Formats: sequence, structure tokens, C-alpha cells
Amino acid sequence: MSTSLIGRPLPHESARLHVSGKAHYVDDLPQAAGTLHAAPGLSTIARGRIRSIDLSAVRAYPGVRAVLTAADIPGDNNCGPILHDDPILADGEIRFHGQPLFVVAAETRDIARQAARLAKIDYDAEPPILDMDAAIPAESWVLPPFSMQRGAVDAAFADAPHRLSGSAVLGGQEHFYLEGQISYAQPGDDGTLHVLCSTQHPTEMQQMVAHCLGWRAHRVSVECRRMGGAFGGKESQSAQWACLAALLAVNTGKPVKLRLDRDDDMVATGKRHPYRYQWESAFDDSGRLLGLKLEFAADCGHSADLSGPVNDRTICHIDNAYYLDAVALKSLRCKTNRVSNTAFRGFGGPQGMFVIENVLDDIARHLGRDPLAIRRVNFYDVEPGARSLTPYGTTIEDNVAPALVAELERDCAYTARRAAIAKFNAGSPVLKRGIALTPVKFGISFNATHYNQAGALVHVYTDGSVLVSHGGTEMGQGLYTKVRQIVAHEFGLPFADVRLSSTDTRRVANTSATAASSGTDLNGKAAQAACTNIKARLAAFVVELTNGAVHAADVQFVDGRVRAGSAFDEAFADLVMRAYRARIQLWDAGFYKTPKIHFDPVTKLGRPFFYFAYGAACSEVAIDTLTGESRVLRVDILHDAGRSINPALDIGQIEGGFVQGMGWLTSEELWWRPDGKLMSHAPSTYKIPTASDLPDIFNVRLYDNANVEDSIHRSKAVGEPPFMLALSVYQALRDAVAAALPAGQPLQLDAPATPEAILRAISGGCS
Amino acid sequence: MSERPIQFYFRGAIHAIQGAAPTRTVLQYLREDLCQTGTKEGCAEGDCGACTVVIGELVGETGAEELRLRAVNACIQFLPALDGKALFTVEDLAAGEQLHPVQQALVDRHGSQCGFCTPGFAMSLFALYENQDHCPERDEIDHTLSGNLCRCTGYRPIVDAARDAYALPRRQLDRLPVIAALKTLADLPPLDYLGDGRQSHSPRTLAELAELRERLPNARLVAGGTDVGLWVTKQGRDLGELILTGAVAELKRIQIGPGRLEIGAGATLTDAFAALTAFEPQWAELARRFASTPVKNAGTLGGNVANGSPIGDSMPALIALGARIVLQRGAATREMALEDFYLDYQKTALAPGEFVRALVLDAPAAGLQRHFRSYKVAKRLDQDISAVACGLAVHVDDEGCIRRARLAFGGMAATPKRAAGAEAALLGRPWDAAAVRRAMDALGSDFAPFTDVRASSAYRLSVAANLLQRFWLETSGAADAPVRLAALTPIAPEDKA
Repeated sequence: MSTSLIGRPLPHESARLHVSGKAHYVDDLPQAAGTLHAAPGLSTIARGRIRSIDLSAVRAYPGVRAVLTAADIPGDNNCGPILHDDPILADGEIRFHGQPLFVVAAETRDIARQAARLAKIDYDAEPPILDMDAAIPAESWVLPPFSMQRGAVDAAFADAPHRLSGSAVLGGQEHFYLEGQISYAQPGDDGTLHVLCSTQHPTEMQQMVAHCLGWRAHRVSVECRRMGGAFGGKESQSAQWACLAALLAVNTGKPVKLRLDRDDDMVATGKRHPYRYQWESAFDDSGRLLGLKLEFAADCGHSADLSGPVNDRTICHIDNAYYLDAVALKSLRCKTNRVSNTAFRGFGGPQGMFVIENVLDDIARHLGRDPLAIRRVNFYDVEPGARSLTPYGTTIEDNVAPALVAELERDCAYTARRAAIAKFNAGSPVLKRGIALTPVKFGISFNATHYNQAGALVHVYTDGSVLVSHGGTEMGQGLYTKVRQIVAHEFGLPFADVRLSSTDTRRVANTSATAASSGTDLNGKAAQAACTNIKARLAAFVVELTNGAVHAADVQFVDGRVRAGSAFDEAFADLVMRAYRARIQLWDAGFYKTPKIHFDPVTKLGRPFFYFAYGAACSEVAIDTLTGESRVLRVDILHDAGRSINPALDIGQIEGGFVQGMGWLTSEELWWRPDGKLMSHAPSTYKIPTASDLPDIFNVRLYDNANVEDSIHRSKAVGEPPFMLALSVYQALRDAVAAALPAGQPLQLDAPATPEAILRAISGGCS
Repeated sequence: MSERPIQFYFRGAIHAIQGAAPTRTVLQYLREDLCQTGTKEGCAEGDCGACTVVIGELVGETGAEELRLRAVNACIQFLPALDGKALFTVEDLAAGEQLHPVQQALVDRHGSQCGFCTPGFAMSLFALYENQDHCPERDEIDHTLSGNLCRCTGYRPIVDAARDAYALPRRQLDRLPVIAALKTLADLPPLDYLGDGRQSHSPRTLAELAELRERLPNARLVAGGTDVGLWVTKQGRDLGELILTGAVAELKRIQIGPGRLEIGAGATLTDAFAALTAFEPQWAELARRFASTPVKNAGTLGGNVANGSPIGDSMPALIALGARIVLQRGAATREMALEDFYLDYQKTALAPGEFVRALVLDAPAAGLQRHFRSYKVAKRLDQDISAVACGLAVHVDDEGCIRRARLAFGGMAATPKRAAGAEAALLGRPWDAAAVRRAMDALGSDFAPFTDVRASSAYRLSVAANLLQRFWLETSGAADAPVRLAALTPIAPEDKA
């Protein structure tokens, strides 16, 4: 009887620490004596040049110890992760309202913030490009436009029985991680620097810090034990603050902590990209797409940051679960005088899936059909066949969308409820209900093939306890818990016998960002590989101890013991001690690289994804046609996490991702003043969901579906895919708006569907 | 009054603070001075709840004092506000290794992911648990959590944990030592505090307050601090000398007489809304949606009114009900209609040396039937600043004719303001569809609202008009289908709706 930890709904490994306030985040760590605190000074115009900058009052403020500008950066003044186009401090040119111009270190954080307010800056202001409407005609791009075509698009349109055109507007999203950006840089001896940083990407932080200092990488180390949320916002965008803290620490020789104020964080760090779309669709009487021409534009902000890969992932998710036979895509990567937009859960995927769901919904309304029926006729084939090739050249081999959707449709009584809603709406002039069931198919792996690698370091100590390090970071998703389960399972040990150390570039080098939902897939496999190496040595030792009476292959690690049939049975800790005395290596590194994947970044063709994660959600909403207010009444979700390693954590990702996606599409609105200043820069003005927004009925189930690929324990990644289940909320809102519109009137609902957007849609207007 | 340290009950003993500036926040003090880092800073403006702590205070008549525990935002509470109170933080919940039931339930239900918001949730749930013997309904749980943001979980496991905590063996705070300590603190003289070169005064009686206010007309009056706190944490403003009203018991008094309600300006929003809802049940929805539970526990009705913000949510409803404001200077008081208190954007009728003493409401006049509603429209149900808020009241005589109309709006002008044209359009007419249409049309000339982060001018105008429509539908019996989202439940397939 095995007591495997795989598949067990264990609590988050830090749960007891979380609830008792004992979990340490960077700002909670004991401070080294002499620690200084930093605050940035931000620009107050969106575009122009600095004519003069007078920081004398800042420097003179009592308690200020250092004030740095771009001129004080010894190395690269850049925190752009791919292109070198993103200054750490403005180099004379102002690119957005809220851009860091200088940074102050002082004896307290209050002093630093007060002093930063005293700068006198004279600008030569220039007219900013503040949105895509201005950027597109000006051909203002961070990266050149990209077009791709598959199939005979013009012919498909010429022959099609039906054609429609449409457009849509989709807003961005603030990450609103509860713990803001923070870095704490501590100078060591011999010209080294250790940076405690809330980041998803310690290695990149190490590189950026080294570059800005003009140092080689081995002088800088970066460590992260846990983050108070990240969601993509601490992938590339933790670099600016790590670099500033590092520059100040090296400049002053003191430990320097930079913790952004919430408002500065929201103004000065990037968000999910806003998009806008224009399309033409061609389809037959059944609603099956015959052709699609789609142009989409992303507001990338002032620099490229991760916008290239974000837009590439959009290209790879325009299809969602649907076969697009003849398709022409054009991707515009707009450069605007706004903060540089970045990674955010889904990484461009949500923006791709958003538009195809609108395309299909429009077709359904045009044909007078149930949108779910239109979705169904457009699904990829289940078995690889004529309708299995994605626009980017991958054949879909693991399609469970049709079966999963059918199961959810039945379980949530979709058809009967749809009929009941139609009846309700007929008798309800003020309130209208809507319902929608939408699928999710999300590709797992980084598009950039080389990121799909991971390392781990496993130490077995002589008392049989185990310490694991790996390159992944813990942001609440439960990565550390799952890796603990995986390692404990490998050695057959109780959960408590395995601990995780912080993630530290000194223990595991050249790590990839914990992103793309890949944390467990990559680091779990790497940790498992390290265990396999150690177990092989122990098994060989058992063979030696039994004088060859057992085969290495028969040695089992279960229940805290090492066994081989009836010939050998010893407590793990005892065997480990004996192995140590026999001079057997009890620690090892593990490495993993995802097989089968390849992607050409120029043509955007290949097999970027190892596999796909699937899911579906059915949402029921109601709107108030007098005010545009809405409520989500009921949600049913069926989601494919493969063979779940920890169902409790996976359900947590699904529910949390869904609600975050719901916020993106409903209440979370970014709003800029005409001069380019972000006015939704605090939780008072930017509204993420609260407990009251939780639907009355919220049924969430896992769809048991062992991964067809050899992923870690046949599980599937679950960090991002559920986010897009929330598209069902937006589609249900469209359904409710349609019920309030005269029959046949085109439907234009901007996202986020705030009360104002819904009221505008009901009155037939658009933005 | 005498100069002495700030003293409060903390971790089982009386704790004293000297030297810290009076505008130093409780959160800064906990984290930076005491290195008690369980309480987190998420926003420093009272909107995310990561800093939630619980304040204990003696209430009730002398000799029969009870300990009242309420959650507040430590990030915008100034240190002198702790004087004479008890402070509980997340570190106080567990007994050694034994987690508190709310903590254990959060663990068991997987209620934390990144864990950063979790201490705040634990404290809000702790306050609920201490104040309610039995598990409340979902809406009360939601209301308890209205000031706590979580970005990871989607809230379901936290709401479930709130319920599950009640299924675990009950454990309550031993209140006696706390009460004993607070009684000792009550015997101290009123607090006159000097810290970091800054002076604050915490009078205990109305007379002391009036004397101080007259003597120091330029001192900053601070009630709950839920707005003033941000002037410090966000704008770095120097507030100068402070007068804190929180220790003035007379200012918190709520008097319910026959046909009359008087709410002391220092009554917390929580207490004030309870009284208002008892007086007129139609306050319930605004009471629920106004700010968040921790903000309502700290903020005062007088502060909301005196602040004079064009988007203060209490004023439209108060104006619609004909509330009067009582102002005091020295021993003299004067009273005026609340709408007359507002002169211009953030300008009120308060004279130097004067303060808001109370708000007074009268029961509806006999012989007329009063219809009253208060509506709030915002992007989010909980803790959001209104795009439009309104208090709408019409008084109808036996003939069905409108004799009085008070339609007051927030978010539509530089001050909370009555819609004179729309009111005139109703007077003397039956409460019918034609009258409401006239009033809706008239609103367009009553207001020229602004466009900002919360809503556009056009939206505000259409919604204001549509709220009149809703008001009519709800109060005239004209609606034969539900008109409020809150009334809906998920549809059942067999619904014959």
C-alpha cells in the first residue's frame, strides 16, 4: 500500500505561515544595520525632453544620502529584457507620464519620498501619442507589424454564403499583486551584491543588475523565497527596481531597500496590453467559418518589453479551440507614450481568444442561432484529421474540447436554462439575463523554445531529510508545494521530510522565468531528475549491500523505507547514513528540457507547445438596463488539469484565475487623463473583484484527463488557462445586452463591460 | 489635559509610545518600530485591507462597560487614535502552535495562495467571529470582507473558511484582562501628545473640544482619519497641529426620540448607519455599500458630511430626507439645512473655530405618504466611489398628488446638490409615468456633470435620469417584473418566469 503524495489535496506549504503573519516577504525580513530606503522621482508629462533638472533641494533634505540620475549609472541604462530600449532612469527623453527620472536613498522611506517631491524639473513638452488611434496612422511601432496567411483567404471570402465585419475594443489590466514591487540590495565583501527581490525571474534580475553596474554575473546574486502575488507583473518589470536598489547600494556602500508606493507602482509599471480589433468573417449556413481576416493592434506602451512574445502568443491563440481554414492575420505592435505593457497571466492569449469568441458570437446572432452551436461546428477535429492544423502549423493531437464542452453543457443544464432565460427576458423590461458557455484551449510552453529548460538541486542529508532548490519562484500558485510532493514521492518520504529552500541564483543558475504556466512542468521534472540520480546511486548501493541478491530496478522507495522484494528493507534515513559512510554522493542536480517543441520566431510557425490545456465555463449574468450594472449569478466550470498533482491547488488556480479574468472583463478599467496621466492608480479608483462579486453558485470541477504527453506525473499546467474561462462572463453579458436590443441590431460591447459600457451598448452606441 | 505618552493595550500589557510623530500610522509603527511584520501594507490608503487590525474599545455605561472589537485599516490610523484602546494584530490570534479557528479554517479551505492579503482577512474574520456567536449569512460575510482584497483565490475558499470557523471548537478572547486594562487607561487624563515636534490633542468632552477648536482654529480636526490619513500617506502633507475627536464620547451619541433622530458627528459610520436604517429601512442598501466595513468602523458620519466631497455617499440621502446639520462654536450652536452647508467645491459654511456637532433627521410629516430611496451606481458593488449617488424623496397627499420633492445627487456637481428643476417638474402632479418623464428631462438642465475616472458626463446624466425612473417603478407599483439586480437568483431550468 503506497502512500503517494501525488494527487493529494495538501494545503499550500506556507499556509500556516500565511494565516499567522509569519511568512516573510522581502519587506518583512530583518533589516541589516544602516539600511537606506529608496524612492523614485517620476515625470509629470507624457512626452518631451528634460530641459533642466534641479535636484539640489532633494539632496539638501535632511536624511537624504544619495540621489542618482541616468548619468550616475556606470553600466547599461537599460531594463528592457529583449530589446535595449527601456531606460532605468530617463536619459533626457520623457516617454510616459510617471517615468522614473531619478532615485533617492535616505535614512527612512518617508524621508526618501518627501525629498523626491522637491525636485524642480523643466520640460520641453511634446504632443504625446496616447493611444492606438493615434499610433496606427503615425506608424508608431515598438516592433514592426507582422502578417501571416494560411489558405486561400480571398477565394474563401468570394465563395462564402455569408460575410460579416466587426470590431472590438479591449482594455488593459493592472496586475494588482497585493505585495508591490520591492528589492533589497545588500553589498557583500569583495565587490559582490546580493539582491532580495520579489521577482518571477531571478536570473534576469541578476543579469540586469550586473549590466547596469557594468559587472559580470558572478558578482550579483538574486534571491526570492516568495512573492505576494505577481501574475506576470514581476517577470520583466521587477528589473527597474532591482537595478535602482543595486545602483544605490553600490553608490552608498549600504544596504538599500526600494519598496514602491502603491500609486507609484500602478503608474510606473506595465500592465496587460489593451487591444483593438477589426475583422471580416466568411461562413456557411451552419455558422462554420470559411475565412477570417483579422487585424489586431496592441498598445505596447513606450518600449518593447515582452510585447513581441505577447503578440506572438496572441497569434497562437486567435484560434482558441476552433479550426480556422483560411485565415489572414495582421498584428500591429503600437508604440505609445504610456507605461510599457508587459506579461500578465495568459500573456496575449486572452486577447487572442477574446476576439475569436466575438467573431463566432456575431455569426450566431446573425444566423439567429445559439452561440454554443456555432462554437461546436467550428471545433478542431478530435482525432487528427482535415481540421487539425493551427494557423501556426501545429497539428492538434490532444483535443478534448468537444467532449469536455458536452459534459459541462449537460451538467449545467445549459439548454434548459437558456430557454428559461429567454422566457424570463420576454417578461422583464428592466433586467435582462444572459448565458454563455465558452471553451478554452491554451498552449503550454514558452513560445521561445530556449526558455523551456529548468534546473534543480536536491540535497539528501545524512539524517534522511531533504532540501530542494530549483529555478522556479513561488508567487502563491503552489509551485513549492507541488515540488515538495514530487520529491517526497520520489523518495517515498512524508511531506515533512522534504523542504524547499528559497530560489537563489547561487544555487541554481540560468533559470527561466516562472511564467507561461510552466513552473511545475519544468521544475518538477528537473527536481525529479535530480532525485532519480540520487536514487540510482542508492539502488546500486543496495545491490552492493545484498551482494547482488537484488536488482537495482527492484529497489523501491516507499513509506520512508527502501525495499527490494523480501531481500532488503531498511529505513531511508538509515540507508542514507550508511551510504554517506560508504562515500556515496547524496546530492545531485537535475535538468529538464521540454521535448518535441520548436518555433520559428520569424515565420511564427512550428510546434511551440508541448501540449494544450483545456477547459470550459458556463456563466449566467444579469444586467440592469437602467444603469448598466451587472451581476454574475452562476458559474459552472470544468477544467482539464491533466492528472492533477494537487487538486486543491489546481482548483484554487481555476477559481482565482476565473475571478481575475472576470475583473478584467467587467470592473477593472484603466483610465488616463487627456495629458496621459493614469488616474486609476490606486485601489480606490481601480476596482478588482471583491468577495461580493463571487457568483451565488460557483461549481468548479476537474476534468480527469491524463496528459497524452510525458509531463510530470501526466499533469497539466494550470496557472494561466483558467483565466480565459472568464470570457464566458463577457459573452454572457453580450447575450444579456442582445436581449435588451431590438432584434437584428448589431451588438457592440466594449470590454471591460463596466456599467457605462453596458449602458452604451444597450443604447446602440460604441466607443 | 496633560502631556503624556500614547497608551494602549497590546500583547497583554499596557504599551506606551513616545517620540513618534502624531501622524505616524499604526501600520508604520507596527512594522518599522516594533518589527511586527505580520500586518502588511498593500496600498496605504485603506482600500485593500492587507493592514487590517482589530481595535478594542470600552462601550456602554460606567460600571457595565463592554469590550467592542472592530476591524480597521492600520495604514491610515494615526497613533494617537490608539490611546485608551486595545490593539490586536494577526500575531495575537494563535495560541502558541494552536491556530485560531479562523486561521485553521483558512488553512483547511486553501484560503491563502500568495498569503500577502491573508493576515488582513484573518483579522476581519476574527472580528466577525468575536462579534457573532453563530455563522452569519453569505451577505454578512461578504460585508465583513468588503474591505479586503485578494487577487489570488477568487474568494470562494475564504468565504467558505468564514463559515467553517464556526464548525470548529469555539474559542473566544478572554475579555476580562482587556477590560480591566482599558478601565485603567480610562482613568488617565485626556491625551495631549507631543511627538517629533508635532502636537496633537485628544479631548474627552464636548466642552474641551469646543474650547480647543476656538483656541486653535487652524488646527486640523481629525475624526476617523479615513480621508485625512491619505493626505499624509499619499500626499506627504504636513497637517500641523491636530485635534482628534475620537475620544469625545458626547460627540458619538445617537439619540432616537419620537419622530426624531440625532446622530453625533463623531458616531462611526457603522453606528450611524445602524441608527439610520432603524429610523428609515431604505437606508439599508447604502449602509451595506458605503465604503467597506473597516472604513465604516473608523470613519464618522460627521466626517463624511464635513469633508464636503462631491462624491460623499451619505449626503444625497440625508438631504433628500431633509437632514439638518448642527454646528457648534464655543458653547453656541446653530442649525441649518444640510444642503445649505455646501457652498462650493470642498467649501462649507463652517466658520473658523466651529465644528460639526450633529445631524438631525425628523420623521415624515403627517398626512403625506413619503416615498424614499437611496441609490448608488459604481463599477463595483463593494467599496467603490460612486459615479452617481442619489437620495430621492417624494411626498404624496391623499389625492396622489406630489406635495414635496427632494431629489439630491452626488457625483453630478461640485457639491452634493438638489435637482431643483426636476423637483419643480414633479410638484403638484400625480406620481405617474408622465411626471417622472418630465423630471427626467429636467435633470439635463439641473446638472452639467464632469467626466473622470469613474464615469463620463453623459453616463452620469443618463443614469441620474434612469434612477428617477427606477425610483418611480419601485415606489409606484408600476413595475410588474423585478427592477433590482439584488433581487435575482440564478435561474432554474423549470422557471416559469
